[in-house]
Amino acid sequence: MARHVIAPVDELPPGTRKFLDIDGRPIAIFNIKGEFFGLLNRCPHQGAALCEGPLIGLAQSSDPGEIEYTKLGEIIRCPWHGWEFDIRTGQSYCDPKRFRARAYPVNVEPGSAVVKGPYVAETIAVSVESDYVVVDL
Amino acid sequence: MNVQFRDRPDPSAPVGVKTAIADCDIHPARATADELYPYLAKRWHAHIEAYGKQAYHGMMEGPPYPKAQPNASRRDAWPPEGGPQGSSLSFMQKQLLDPYNVALGVLNPLASGQGLRNQDLAGAICTAINDWQIEKWTSKDKRLKASIIVANEDGPTAATEIRKRAGDPNFVQVLLLSRNVEPLGQRRYWPIYEAAQEIGLPVGVHAFGFGGNPLTPSGWPSFYIEEMVGHAQCQQTALASLVLEGVFERYPDLKMVMIEAGFGWAPSLGWRLDKNFERLYSEVPHLKRKPSEYIRDHIWWTTQPMEDPERRDHLFQVIEWIGWDKLLFATDYPHWDFDEPSRVLPAGVSDANREAFYLGNAKKLYGIS
Repeated sequence: MARHVIAPVDELPPGTRKFLDIDGRPIAIFNIKGEFFGLLNRCPHQGAALCEGPLIGLAQSSDPGEIEYTKLGEIIRCPWHGWEFDIRTGQSYCDPKRFRARAYPVNVEPGSAVVKGPYVAETIAVSVESDYVVVDL
Repeated sequence: MNVQFRDRPDPSAPVGVKTAIADCDIHPARATADELYPYLAKRWHAHIEAYGKQAYHGMMEGPPYPKAQPNASRRDAWPPEGGPQGSSLSFMQKQLLDPYNVALGVLNPLASGQGLRNQDLAGAICTAINDWQIEKWTSKDKRLKASIIVANEDGPTAATEIRKRAGDPNFVQVLLLSRNVEPLGQRRYWPIYEAAQEIGLPVGVHAFGFGGNPLTPSGWPSFYIEEMVGHAQCQQTALASLVLEGVFERYPDLKMVMIEAGFGWAPSLGWRLDKNFERLYSEVPHLKRKPSEYIRDHIWWTTQPMEDPERRDHLFQVIEWIGWDKLLFATDYPHWDFDEPSRVLPAGVSDANREAFYLGNAKKLYGIS
Protein backbone atom coordinates (compact mmCIF):
# COMPACT_ATOMS: atom_id res chain seq x y z
CA MET A 1 0.00 0.00 0.00
CA ALA A 2 1.22 3.47 -0.87
CA ARG A 3 -0.10 6.85 0.16
CA HIS A 4 -0.50 9.47 -2.56
CA VAL A 5 -0.74 13.21 -2.13
CA ILE A 6 -3.69 14.31 -4.27
CA ALA A 7 -4.10 18.06 -3.85
CA PRO A 8 -3.94 20.88 -1.35
CA VAL A 9 -7.22 20.91 0.61
CA ASP A 10 -8.05 24.39 -0.78
CA GLU A 11 -8.22 22.97 -4.32
CA LEU A 12 -11.05 20.58 -3.46
CA PRO A 13 -13.84 22.60 -1.86
CA PRO A 14 -17.01 20.87 -0.56
CA GLY A 15 -19.21 19.46 -3.32
CA THR A 16 -16.34 19.04 -5.79
CA ARG A 17 -14.54 15.95 -7.03
CA LYS A 18 -11.17 15.30 -8.65
CA PHE A 19 -10.38 12.54 -11.14
CA LEU A 20 -7.01 10.80 -10.99
CA ASP A 21 -5.13 7.92 -12.47
CA ILE A 22 -3.04 6.28 -9.78
CA ASP A 23 -0.95 3.25 -10.69
CA GLY A 24 -3.21 2.65 -13.69
CA ARG A 25 -6.39 2.80 -11.62
CA PRO A 26 -9.05 5.45 -12.34
CA ILE A 27 -10.00 7.03 -9.03
CA ALA A 28 -12.16 9.96 -8.00
CA ILE A 29 -11.77 11.91 -4.76
CA PHE A 30 -14.87 13.69 -3.41
CA ASN A 31 -15.22 16.42 -0.84
CA ILE A 32 -18.58 15.81 0.84
CA LYS A 33 -19.34 18.61 3.30
CA GLY A 34 -15.68 18.91 4.29
CA GLU A 35 -14.95 15.19 4.48
CA PHE A 36 -12.95 13.42 1.78
CA PHE A 37 -13.76 10.07 0.18
CA GLY A 38 -12.26 8.05 -2.68
CA LEU A 39 -13.99 5.67 -5.10
CA LEU A 40 -12.78 3.59 -8.01
CA ASN A 41 -14.18 5.33 -11.09
CA ARG A 42 -15.66 2.11 -12.46
CA CYS A 43 -19.18 0.88 -11.82
CA PRO A 44 -19.20 -2.70 -10.48
CA HIS A 45 -22.30 -3.40 -12.59
CA GLN A 46 -21.16 -2.92 -16.20
CA GLY A 47 -17.99 -0.86 -15.91
CA ALA A 48 -19.11 2.71 -16.68
CA ALA A 49 -17.14 5.68 -15.33
CA LEU A 50 -19.26 5.71 -12.16
CA CYS A 51 -17.89 8.88 -10.60
CA GLU A 52 -18.83 11.05 -13.57
CA GLY A 53 -22.50 10.66 -12.70
CA PRO A 54 -24.59 13.23 -10.86
CA LEU A 55 -24.37 13.72 -7.09
CA ILE A 56 -27.83 13.18 -5.68
CA GLY A 57 -29.56 12.34 -2.41
CA LEU A 58 -31.22 9.17 -1.24
CA ALA A 59 -34.97 8.75 -1.62
CA GLN A 60 -36.35 6.39 1.00
CA SER A 61 -39.85 5.47 1.98
CA SER A 62 -41.25 3.80 5.06
CA ASP A 63 -44.76 3.66 3.58
CA PRO A 64 -46.19 4.37 0.14
CA GLY A 65 -46.74 8.10 -0.08
CA GLU A 66 -44.12 8.89 2.58
CA ILE A 67 -40.83 9.85 0.94
CA GLU A 68 -37.77 11.07 2.78
CA TYR A 69 -34.91 12.57 0.79
CA THR A 70 -31.68 12.39 2.76
CA LYS A 71 -27.91 12.29 2.25
CA LEU A 72 -28.12 15.14 -0.23
CA GLY A 73 -24.91 15.27 -2.29
CA GLU A 74 -23.65 12.01 -0.79
CA ILE A 75 -24.94 9.55 -3.36
CA ILE A 76 -23.37 9.03 -6.78
CA ARG A 77 -25.64 7.90 -9.61
CA CYS A 78 -24.00 5.92 -12.42
CA PRO A 79 -24.08 7.79 -15.75
CA TRP A 80 -25.25 4.67 -17.59
CA HIS A 81 -27.85 2.68 -15.68
CA GLY A 82 -28.50 4.96 -12.74
CA TRP A 83 -27.24 2.57 -10.04
CA GLU A 84 -26.81 4.50 -6.80
CA PHE A 85 -23.87 4.22 -4.41
CA ASP A 86 -23.09 5.87 -1.08
CA ILE A 87 -19.86 7.79 -1.58
CA ARG A 88 -18.93 7.37 2.10
CA THR A 89 -18.92 3.57 1.94
CA GLY A 90 -19.30 2.43 -1.68
CA GLN A 91 -22.52 0.69 -0.68
CA SER A 92 -25.07 0.09 -3.43
CA TYR A 93 -28.70 0.85 -2.75
CA CYS A 94 -29.89 -1.27 -5.68
CA ASP A 95 -28.33 -4.56 -4.70
CA PRO A 96 -26.06 -4.12 -1.66
CA LYS A 97 -25.23 -7.81 -1.33
CA ARG A 98 -23.94 -8.28 -4.86
CA PHE A 99 -22.50 -4.91 -5.76
CA ARG A 100 -20.28 -2.44 -3.92
CA ALA A 101 -18.19 0.36 -5.41
CA ARG A 102 -14.54 0.04 -4.44
CA ALA A 103 -13.80 2.72 -1.81
CA TYR A 104 -10.36 4.07 -0.90
CA PRO A 105 -9.53 5.74 2.42
CA VAL A 106 -8.75 9.43 2.07
CA ASN A 107 -7.19 11.58 4.77
CA VAL A 108 -6.09 15.14 5.30
CA GLU A 109 -2.48 15.46 6.39
CA PRO A 110 -0.55 18.56 7.38
CA GLY A 111 2.15 19.70 5.02
CA SER A 112 4.79 18.98 7.65
CA ALA A 113 3.84 15.28 7.60
CA VAL A 114 3.54 15.14 3.81
CA VAL A 115 7.02 16.54 3.33
CA LYS A 116 8.45 13.86 5.60
CA GLY A 117 6.58 11.03 3.86
CA PRO A 118 6.00 8.15 3.36
CA TYR A 119 3.84 9.81 0.68
CA VAL A 120 4.11 10.02 -3.09
CA ALA A 121 3.61 13.48 -4.58
CA GLU A 122 4.37 13.20 -8.27
CA THR A 123 2.81 16.42 -9.42
CA ILE A 124 1.93 18.33 -6.29
CA ALA A 125 4.39 20.89 -4.99
CA VAL A 126 4.03 20.58 -1.21
CA SER A 127 4.84 23.01 1.53
CA VAL A 128 4.72 22.57 5.27
CA GLU A 129 2.22 25.44 5.71
CA SER A 130 -0.71 23.76 3.90
CA ASP A 131 -2.92 20.72 4.49
CA TYR A 132 -3.12 18.02 1.80
CA VAL A 133 -5.61 15.39 0.69
CA VAL A 134 -3.93 11.98 0.81
CA VAL A 135 -5.31 8.69 -0.50
CA ASP A 136 -4.29 5.18 0.51
CA LEU A 137 -3.92 2.76 -2.34
CA MET B 1 -37.98 -29.63 -21.99
CA ASN B 2 -35.29 -32.27 -21.74
CA VAL B 3 -32.23 -30.07 -22.11
CA GLN B 4 -29.72 -30.30 -19.29
CA PHE B 5 -28.09 -27.18 -17.90
CA ARG B 6 -25.04 -26.78 -15.71
CA ASP B 7 -25.78 -25.42 -12.27
CA ARG B 8 -22.37 -23.84 -11.75
CA PRO B 9 -20.40 -21.46 -13.93
CA ASP B 10 -17.65 -23.06 -15.92
CA PRO B 11 -14.59 -21.05 -14.82
CA SER B 12 -12.78 -21.86 -18.04
CA ALA B 13 -15.51 -20.38 -20.27
CA PRO B 14 -14.64 -17.06 -21.90
CA VAL B 15 -16.32 -13.97 -20.47
CA GLY B 16 -15.07 -10.95 -22.38
CA VAL B 17 -15.78 -9.92 -25.95
CA LYS B 18 -12.59 -9.61 -27.94
CA THR B 19 -13.77 -10.53 -31.39
CA ALA B 20 -15.95 -8.46 -33.67
CA ILE B 21 -19.59 -7.95 -32.71
CA ALA B 22 -22.81 -6.69 -34.24
CA ASP B 23 -24.79 -3.98 -32.47
CA CYS B 24 -28.35 -4.25 -33.73
CA ASP B 25 -29.85 -1.24 -31.98
CA ILE B 26 -28.01 2.09 -32.30
CA HIS B 27 -29.90 5.37 -32.12
CA PRO B 28 -28.53 8.18 -34.26
CA ALA B 29 -29.87 11.65 -33.49
CA ARG B 30 -30.01 14.93 -35.32
CA ALA B 31 -27.55 17.54 -34.08
CA THR B 32 -29.99 20.38 -34.71
CA ALA B 33 -33.74 20.57 -35.16
CA ASP B 34 -33.39 21.69 -38.78
CA GLU B 35 -30.77 19.12 -39.79
CA LEU B 36 -33.39 17.38 -41.94
CA TYR B 37 -34.35 20.50 -43.88
CA PRO B 38 -31.95 19.89 -46.78
CA TYR B 39 -33.83 16.65 -47.44
CA LEU B 40 -37.32 18.12 -47.13
CA ALA B 41 -39.25 20.15 -49.70
CA LYS B 42 -39.61 23.84 -48.79
CA ARG B 43 -43.34 23.33 -48.47
CA TRP B 44 -42.71 21.20 -45.37
CA HIS B 45 -40.31 23.67 -43.76
CA ALA B 46 -43.12 26.21 -43.77
CA HIS B 47 -45.66 23.63 -42.63
CA ILE B 48 -43.56 22.48 -39.67
CA GLU B 49 -42.90 26.03 -38.59
CA ALA B 50 -46.56 27.02 -38.87
CA TYR B 51 -48.27 23.90 -37.57
CA GLY B 52 -45.64 21.68 -35.92
CA LYS B 53 -45.58 17.88 -36.02
CA GLN B 54 -48.60 16.38 -34.36
CA ALA B 55 -48.31 12.76 -33.36
CA TYR B 56 -51.05 10.39 -32.25
CA HIS B 57 -50.28 11.12 -28.68
CA GLY B 58 -52.00 11.45 -25.33
CA MET B 59 -49.82 14.24 -24.00
CA MET B 60 -49.62 17.87 -25.00
CA GLU B 61 -45.88 17.83 -25.50
CA GLY B 62 -42.76 15.79 -24.79
CA PRO B 63 -42.41 12.03 -24.75
CA PRO B 64 -45.16 9.75 -23.41
CA TYR B 65 -43.32 9.59 -20.10
CA PRO B 66 -40.31 11.64 -18.87
CA LYS B 67 -37.14 9.55 -19.05
CA ALA B 68 -34.69 8.94 -16.23
CA GLN B 69 -31.84 10.82 -17.85
CA PRO B 70 -31.64 13.64 -20.42
CA ASN B 71 -32.78 12.31 -23.82
CA ALA B 72 -32.95 8.88 -22.12
CA SER B 73 -29.19 8.77 -22.68
CA ARG B 74 -25.94 7.90 -20.99
CA ARG B 75 -24.53 10.93 -19.23
CA ASP B 76 -21.14 10.37 -20.80
CA ALA B 77 -22.52 10.37 -24.35
CA TRP B 78 -22.80 14.12 -24.99
CA PRO B 79 -20.58 14.75 -28.03
CA PRO B 80 -17.68 17.09 -27.23
CA GLU B 81 -18.60 19.35 -30.16
CA GLY B 82 -22.14 19.87 -28.81
CA GLY B 83 -25.51 18.52 -29.93
CA PRO B 84 -27.53 15.71 -28.35
CA GLN B 85 -26.29 12.22 -27.59
CA GLY B 86 -25.98 10.09 -30.72
CA SER B 87 -25.65 13.07 -33.08
CA SER B 88 -21.90 12.85 -33.74
CA LEU B 89 -20.46 10.12 -35.95
CA SER B 90 -16.88 10.73 -34.81
CA PHE B 91 -17.87 10.46 -31.15
CA MET B 92 -19.95 7.34 -31.82
CA GLN B 93 -16.89 5.81 -33.46
CA LYS B 94 -14.73 6.71 -30.49
CA GLN B 95 -17.17 5.67 -27.79
CA LEU B 96 -18.88 2.66 -29.36
CA LEU B 97 -17.75 1.35 -32.74
CA ASP B 98 -13.97 1.28 -32.20
CA PRO B 99 -13.60 0.17 -28.55
CA TYR B 100 -16.19 -2.61 -28.80
CA ASN B 101 -15.02 -3.77 -32.20
CA VAL B 102 -18.45 -3.32 -33.80
CA ALA B 103 -18.35 -4.88 -37.27
CA LEU B 104 -22.02 -4.21 -38.01
CA GLY B 105 -24.09 -1.43 -36.44
CA VAL B 106 -27.79 -1.17 -37.26
CA LEU B 107 -29.20 2.36 -37.00
CA ASN B 108 -32.71 2.80 -35.64
CA PRO B 109 -33.62 6.51 -35.61
CA LEU B 110 -36.50 7.00 -33.18
CA ALA B 111 -37.53 10.66 -33.24
CA SER B 112 -38.77 10.38 -36.77
CA GLY B 113 -41.81 11.01 -38.89
CA GLN B 114 -43.46 7.76 -37.91
CA GLY B 115 -46.85 8.15 -36.36
CA LEU B 116 -47.53 11.74 -37.43
CA ARG B 117 -51.19 12.44 -38.03
CA ASN B 118 -50.53 14.39 -41.22
CA GLN B 119 -49.72 11.43 -43.45
CA ASP B 120 -48.14 13.48 -46.24
CA LEU B 121 -45.80 15.13 -43.73
CA ALA B 122 -45.06 11.72 -42.18
CA GLY B 123 -44.08 10.29 -45.56
CA ALA B 124 -41.90 13.31 -46.42
CA ILE B 125 -40.05 13.23 -43.09
CA CYS B 126 -39.49 9.46 -43.28
CA THR B 127 -37.98 9.81 -46.76
CA ALA B 128 -35.81 12.70 -45.50
CA ILE B 129 -34.59 10.62 -42.57
CA ASN B 130 -33.63 7.78 -44.88
CA ASP B 131 -31.66 10.16 -47.12
CA TRP B 132 -30.07 11.71 -44.02
CA GLN B 133 -29.04 8.28 -42.72
CA ILE B 134 -27.14 7.59 -45.94
CA GLU B 135 -25.48 10.97 -46.20
CA LYS B 136 -24.57 11.50 -42.55
CA TRP B 137 -23.97 7.93 -41.35
CA THR B 138 -23.80 4.89 -43.62
CA SER B 139 -21.81 6.48 -46.45
CA LYS B 140 -19.29 7.78 -43.92
CA ASP B 141 -18.75 4.54 -41.98
CA LYS B 142 -19.27 1.24 -43.76
CA ARG B 143 -19.85 -0.57 -40.47
CA LEU B 144 -23.15 1.26 -40.11
CA LYS B 145 -26.33 0.13 -41.84
CA ALA B 146 -29.63 1.99 -41.82
CA SER B 147 -33.23 1.01 -41.19
CA ILE B 148 -35.83 2.16 -43.68
CA ILE B 149 -38.12 4.50 -41.73
CA VAL B 150 -41.68 4.47 -43.03
CA ALA B 151 -44.93 6.32 -42.44
CA ASN B 152 -46.31 3.30 -40.64
CA GLU B 153 -49.97 4.34 -40.49
CA ASP B 154 -50.10 4.82 -44.27
CA GLY B 155 -49.44 1.38 -45.77
CA PRO B 156 -49.27 2.37 -49.46
CA THR B 157 -46.90 5.31 -48.82
CA ALA B 158 -44.75 3.11 -46.60
CA ALA B 159 -44.63 0.38 -49.24
CA THR B 160 -43.56 2.91 -51.89
CA GLU B 161 -40.68 4.07 -49.69
CA ILE B 162 -39.62 0.47 -49.02
CA ARG B 163 -39.61 -0.45 -52.71
CA LYS B 164 -37.69 2.73 -53.52
CA ARG B 165 -34.84 1.45 -51.34
CA ALA B 166 -34.81 -2.07 -52.81
CA GLY B 167 -31.30 -3.34 -53.42
CA ASP B 168 -29.66 -0.34 -51.73
CA PRO B 169 -26.90 -1.81 -49.55
CA ASN B 170 -27.17 1.11 -47.12
CA PHE B 171 -30.37 -0.43 -45.72
CA VAL B 172 -30.77 -3.74 -43.90
CA GLN B 173 -34.28 -3.61 -42.42
CA VAL B 174 -37.60 -1.81 -42.33
CA LEU B 175 -38.36 -0.20 -38.98
CA LEU B 176 -41.71 0.01 -37.18
CA LEU B 177 -42.43 0.99 -33.61
CA SER B 178 -44.50 -1.08 -31.20
CA ARG B 179 -47.10 1.54 -30.27
CA ASN B 180 -49.36 2.12 -33.22
CA VAL B 181 -52.91 3.15 -33.91
CA GLU B 182 -53.90 -0.52 -34.18
CA PRO B 183 -52.18 -3.82 -33.30
CA LEU B 184 -49.48 -4.53 -35.87
CA GLY B 185 -51.07 -7.57 -37.47
CA GLN B 186 -54.03 -5.60 -38.82
CA ARG B 187 -54.57 -5.10 -42.52
CA ARG B 188 -53.60 -1.44 -42.73
CA TYR B 189 -50.00 -2.57 -42.10
CA TRP B 190 -49.98 -5.42 -44.62
CA PRO B 191 -48.57 -3.36 -47.53
CA ILE B 192 -45.48 -2.82 -45.36
CA TYR B 193 -44.97 -6.56 -44.88
CA GLU B 194 -45.66 -7.28 -48.52
CA ALA B 195 -43.04 -4.77 -49.68
CA ALA B 196 -40.47 -5.89 -47.09
CA GLN B 197 -40.88 -9.52 -48.12
CA GLU B 198 -40.60 -8.50 -51.76
CA ILE B 199 -37.28 -6.68 -51.31
CA GLY B 200 -36.00 -9.31 -48.91
CA LEU B 201 -35.46 -7.26 -45.76
CA PRO B 202 -36.62 -8.08 -42.23
CA VAL B 203 -39.05 -5.79 -40.42
CA GLY B 204 -37.88 -4.56 -37.02
CA VAL B 205 -40.39 -3.59 -34.34
CA HIS B 206 -38.76 -1.27 -31.84
CA ALA B 207 -40.33 -0.40 -28.49
CA PHE B 208 -41.98 3.06 -28.21
CA GLY B 209 -44.01 4.95 -30.76
CA PHE B 210 -47.02 7.19 -30.89
CA GLY B 211 -50.25 5.30 -31.28
CA GLY B 212 -52.45 7.71 -29.34
CA ASN B 213 -53.31 4.98 -26.83
CA PRO B 214 -52.28 5.00 -23.16
CA LEU B 215 -49.04 3.22 -22.29
CA THR B 216 -50.92 0.28 -20.78
CA PRO B 217 -54.16 -1.43 -21.77
CA SER B 218 -55.85 0.09 -18.72
CA GLY B 219 -54.66 3.66 -18.85
CA TRP B 220 -51.74 5.89 -17.97
CA PRO B 221 -49.40 4.56 -15.27
CA SER B 222 -47.71 6.72 -12.63
CA PHE B 223 -44.07 5.79 -13.10
CA TYR B 224 -41.40 5.54 -15.80
CA ILE B 225 -40.58 2.05 -14.56
CA GLU B 226 -44.08 1.05 -15.59
CA GLU B 227 -43.45 2.30 -19.10
CA MET B 228 -40.20 0.34 -19.19
CA VAL B 229 -41.82 -2.97 -18.34
CA GLY B 230 -44.85 -2.02 -20.42
CA HIS B 231 -42.77 -2.33 -23.59
CA ALA B 232 -42.88 -6.09 -23.20
CA GLN B 233 -46.67 -6.01 -22.85
CA CYS B 234 -47.01 -3.82 -25.93
CA GLN B 235 -44.71 -6.08 -27.93
CA GLN B 236 -46.77 -9.10 -26.88
CA THR B 237 -49.87 -7.39 -28.24
CA ALA B 238 -48.07 -6.73 -31.52
CA LEU B 239 -46.76 -10.27 -31.78
CA ALA B 240 -50.07 -11.94 -30.94
CA SER B 241 -51.75 -9.77 -33.55
CA LEU B 242 -49.15 -10.58 -36.22
CA VAL B 243 -49.56 -14.30 -35.61
CA LEU B 244 -53.33 -14.41 -35.21
CA GLU B 245 -54.15 -12.16 -38.17
CA GLY B 246 -52.22 -14.61 -40.34
CA VAL B 247 -49.43 -12.24 -41.39
CA PHE B 248 -46.92 -15.09 -41.47
CA GLU B 249 -49.29 -17.27 -43.51
CA ARG B 250 -49.78 -14.48 -45.99
CA TYR B 251 -46.07 -13.52 -46.10
CA PRO B 252 -44.26 -16.79 -45.46
CA ASP B 253 -40.79 -15.35 -46.11
CA LEU B 254 -41.27 -12.40 -43.76
CA LYS B 255 -38.72 -12.09 -40.97
CA MET B 256 -39.30 -9.80 -38.02
CA VAL B 257 -37.10 -8.50 -35.24
CA MET B 258 -38.45 -7.60 -31.81
CA ILE B 259 -36.21 -4.75 -30.61
CA GLU B 260 -35.75 -3.50 -27.07
CA ALA B 261 -38.64 -5.24 -25.41
CA GLY B 262 -36.89 -8.22 -23.83
CA PHE B 263 -37.45 -11.84 -24.77
CA GLY B 264 -37.99 -13.66 -21.46
CA TRP B 265 -41.75 -13.50 -22.03
CA ALA B 266 -41.62 -15.21 -25.43
CA PRO B 267 -42.07 -18.81 -24.24
CA SER B 268 -45.02 -17.88 -22.02
CA LEU B 269 -46.77 -16.07 -24.87
CA GLY B 270 -46.17 -19.04 -27.14
CA TRP B 271 -47.54 -21.50 -24.59
CA ARG B 272 -50.65 -19.43 -23.92
CA LEU B 273 -51.36 -18.90 -27.60
CA ASP B 274 -50.95 -22.61 -28.32
CA LYS B 275 -53.21 -23.65 -25.45
CA ASN B 276 -56.00 -21.32 -26.54
CA PHE B 277 -55.50 -22.22 -30.17
CA GLU B 278 -56.37 -25.85 -29.39
CA ARG B 279 -59.80 -24.71 -28.19
CA LEU B 280 -60.43 -21.70 -30.43
CA TYR B 281 -59.04 -22.90 -33.73
CA SER B 282 -62.30 -22.28 -35.55
CA GLU B 283 -62.05 -18.53 -34.90
CA VAL B 284 -58.79 -18.27 -36.82
CA PRO B 285 -58.92 -21.07 -39.40
CA HIS B 286 -56.46 -19.19 -41.63
CA LEU B 287 -53.70 -20.39 -39.30
CA LYS B 288 -52.19 -23.66 -40.48
CA ARG B 289 -49.70 -24.16 -37.68
CA LYS B 290 -49.50 -23.66 -33.93
CA PRO B 291 -48.96 -19.99 -33.02
CA SER B 292 -45.65 -20.75 -31.31
CA GLU B 293 -44.29 -22.23 -34.53
CA TYR B 294 -44.80 -18.94 -36.36
CA ILE B 295 -43.04 -17.13 -33.52
CA ARG B 296 -40.06 -19.43 -33.51
CA ASP B 297 -39.67 -19.44 -37.28
CA HIS B 298 -40.27 -15.78 -38.06
CA ILE B 299 -39.08 -13.78 -35.04
CA TRP B 300 -35.57 -12.62 -34.11
CA TRP B 301 -34.90 -10.79 -30.85
CA THR B 302 -32.40 -8.10 -29.94
CA THR B 303 -30.87 -8.57 -26.52
CA GLN B 304 -30.97 -5.14 -24.94
CA PRO B 305 -32.59 -5.12 -22.39
CA MET B 306 -31.10 -8.49 -21.63
CA GLU B 307 -33.08 -10.41 -19.02
CA ASP B 308 -31.09 -10.94 -15.84
CA PRO B 309 -32.71 -13.72 -13.78
CA GLU B 310 -31.26 -14.75 -10.43
CA ARG B 311 -30.44 -18.16 -11.85
CA ARG B 312 -28.37 -18.31 -15.02
CA ASP B 313 -29.94 -21.58 -16.09
CA HIS B 314 -33.35 -19.87 -16.27
CA LEU B 315 -31.96 -17.49 -18.89
CA PHE B 316 -30.52 -20.38 -20.83
CA GLN B 317 -33.86 -22.24 -20.74
CA VAL B 318 -35.62 -19.22 -22.26
CA ILE B 319 -32.99 -18.95 -24.97
CA GLU B 320 -33.28 -22.65 -25.65
CA TRP B 321 -36.99 -22.15 -26.40
CA ILE B 322 -36.32 -19.15 -28.65
CA GLY B 323 -33.26 -20.64 -30.32
CA TRP B 324 -29.64 -19.48 -30.04
CA ASP B 325 -29.89 -18.67 -33.75
CA LYS B 326 -32.55 -16.00 -33.15
CA LEU B 327 -30.77 -13.65 -30.75
CA LEU B 328 -29.09 -10.45 -31.95
CA PHE B 329 -26.79 -8.56 -29.65
CA ALA B 330 -27.62 -4.87 -29.13
CA THR B 331 -26.31 -2.09 -26.89
CA ASP B 332 -29.06 0.54 -27.37
CA TYR B 333 -26.32 3.19 -27.60
CA PRO B 334 -26.44 6.03 -26.57
CA HIS B 335 -29.40 5.36 -24.31
CA TRP B 336 -28.97 5.04 -20.59
CA ASP B 337 -29.88 1.36 -20.41
CA PHE B 338 -26.90 0.56 -22.66
CA ASP B 339 -25.66 -3.04 -22.43
CA GLU B 340 -21.88 -3.40 -22.20
CA PRO B 341 -20.97 -6.27 -24.54
CA SER B 342 -18.57 -8.12 -22.27
CA ARG B 343 -20.95 -8.06 -19.29
CA VAL B 344 -24.26 -9.34 -20.62
CA LEU B 345 -23.74 -13.00 -21.42
CA PRO B 346 -23.00 -15.26 -18.47
CA ALA B 347 -20.32 -17.92 -18.62
CA GLY B 348 -21.27 -21.40 -19.73
CA VAL B 349 -22.13 -20.67 -23.39
CA SER B 350 -20.46 -22.68 -26.13
CA ASP B 351 -18.12 -20.89 -28.52
CA ALA B 352 -20.50 -21.51 -31.44
CA ASN B 353 -23.51 -20.05 -29.61
CA ARG B 354 -21.43 -17.13 -28.34
CA GLU B 355 -20.29 -16.26 -31.84
CA ALA B 356 -23.85 -16.53 -33.17
CA PHE B 357 -25.15 -14.36 -30.34
CA TYR B 358 -22.62 -11.57 -30.82
CA LEU B 359 -22.24 -11.53 -34.59
CA GLY B 360 -23.17 -14.55 -36.71
CA ASN B 361 -26.97 -14.35 -36.40
CA ALA B 362 -26.99 -10.65 -37.28
CA LYS B 363 -24.75 -11.06 -40.32
CA LYS B 364 -26.94 -13.87 -41.59
CA LEU B 365 -30.26 -12.10 -40.98
CA TYR B 366 -29.12 -8.78 -42.41
CA GLY B 367 -27.23 -10.34 -45.31
CA ILE B 368 -23.81 -8.99 -44.40
CA SER B 369 -20.93 -11.08 -45.71
